[in-house]
Amino acid sequence: MTSLPPPGTRKLGLVIDLDICVGCHACAVNCKEWNSGGQMAPLTDLDPYGAHPHGVWFNRVHSFEAGEGGEGRTVHFPRSCLHCEQPACVEVCPTGASYKRAEDGIVLVNEDLCIGCKLCSWACPYGAREFDEDVGVMKKCTLCIDKIYNETLDERDRVPACVATCPVSARHFGDLGDPGSSVSRLVAERGGYELMPEMGYKPVNRYLPPRPRKDSAGCTGAPAALPTPTAGAEANPLLRWIDRMLSR
Amino acid sequence: MHPAGSVIWFTTLSGAGYGLLFLLGLLAGTPLLPDSRWFAFATLALGLGLVTAGLVSSTLHLGHPERAWRAFSQWRSSWLSREGVLSVAGYFPAGVFGIAWVFFSHRLAWAGWLMAAFAPATVYSTAMIYASLKPVPRWYNPWVAPNYLLLALMTGSLLLRALVALFGLSPGALRMLSTAAILVAAGAKLAYWWHIGRAAPAATAESATGLGALGRVRLLEAPHTEENYLLKEMGYRIARKHATRLRGIAFLFAFVLPLLLTATAPLLSPALAAFAAVLAAASAMLGVLVERWLFFAEAKHSVILYYGASAV
Repeated sequence: MTSLPPPGTRKLGLVIDLDICVGCHACAVNCKEWNSGGQMAPLTDLDPYGAHPHGVWFNRVHSFEAGEGGEGRTVHFPRSCLHCEQPACVEVCPTGASYKRAEDGIVLVNEDLCIGCKLCSWACPYGAREFDEDVGVMKKCTLCIDKIYNETLDERDRVPACVATCPVSARHFGDLGDPGSSVSRLVAERGGYELMPEMGYKPVNRYLPPRPRKDSAGCTGAPAALPTPTAGAEANPLLRWIDRMLSR
Repeated sequence: MHPAGSVIWFTTLSGAGYGLLFLLGLLAGTPLLPDSRWFAFATLALGLGLVTAGLVSSTLHLGHPERAWRAFSQWRSSWLSREGVLSVAGYFPAGVFGIAWVFFSHRLAWAGWLMAAFAPATVYSTAMIYASLKPVPRWYNPWVAPNYLLLALMTGSLLLRALVALFGLSPGALRMLSTAAILVAAGAKLAYWWHIGRAAPAATAESATGLGALGRVRLLEAPHTEENYLLKEMGYRIARKHATRLRGIAFLFAFVLPLLLTATAPLLSPALAAFAAVLAAASAMLGVLVERWLFFAEAKHSVILYYGASAV
């Protein structure tokens, strides 16, 4: 059913810290790795060793420059499905293949129903959906639904692959519908925001802005100038002799 | 947006077919149309043929055409599903109307009106598939639906006039109707181009990344070195000079030539007038094909904001 379910209280999603992200693409790679064997598998690659390899990824890391001159910053920007509260990608689906789960808000595709009309990818402002030409169906981020509820895994491993792998902990996973959850508190504390609010899709995922730049440093206790490195050599008779010989 | 041939053919052909069926359903029984079973057969065959060719063509770009029947299920939320339901449902009144007239020489007015009602409803659904997509501002505006409806009416009326002329009739009222349809459709197309030329950006690289507070945002490094699905499907760009030239070609073939060929019909001999009417219809179809190609090629999707565009 592509009519949306009544809004639920649980809104699982990601919080991505643009202040810490170093643009290493590990989230994108681990996402590809996990999902190549997961719910939406395969994530087909075409011409993988040829001249123009291309394939399905659920996570893409863009790098932007923001601001001018000395105030300019490089910001690495991971982009994936935002699991919107008003996902038009679901509503436009003619077959019921796309759906939003009432219990946790995750937006999924039922690959057995998908006719591959691609309209959902047109309806997503964020480019979260990628068509698998080989299988003929649309694919998208599942928020690692086969990992986060997987009771055969240790509890600490029940987070999306992108979150688990981030080497700098720039990605956080949790219930953004619960104002007391750690992710909601993080968003409140850091002024987390949604992307393209003017589109009206009400994304669940939030991005944390880069912190203000520090343009002055406090005293570190270091001397203003270091002693010249040759100073100690004058005390050594051998070096003094070599110096005399070479200076002739 | 990538101008997919299947969708361009589909919307052009089915639009003309529905325009023709609409007018046939409304005007049947009036002195404007020949009272002939063969005329009814030819008109219905052409109308339903165009609609069917369009619908078949529209399934060509599907990843799983064999599952297309599933698209009838989500009419509550999806314009694509509504279009599918209406297009199939529209065959029933058209079938009843056609069988009664062609085989029993009996014009069922109610079936004609029902057929006439389904046609614009289906074209409207087609237009709304595009006009409901917020990420594509050049589609998400109130000019799209009138354009689809008026171009369908225009091409349908020109096809009808051509058929009527081939059956030896040339009623002035039908000529007036075509002329009016051409003028109004041309006006709507100009209004659409005027609108997309001056509309304020719907989204920017700053709003797409939320980094506007830091200053102007531009792409430093793309996430991948090769094209991906998003860039192939939604990153299509057309050079401005090509767009201007193609708009001229579309306008010439869709509106100017058909208008001239229609307006000068009374000056020609019946045989020449019939030829001019056929030419007018063919020219309009060609013009609308170019117009439809541009409708896709000129549309920009907000995902390109993540790939170097500054506004859509």
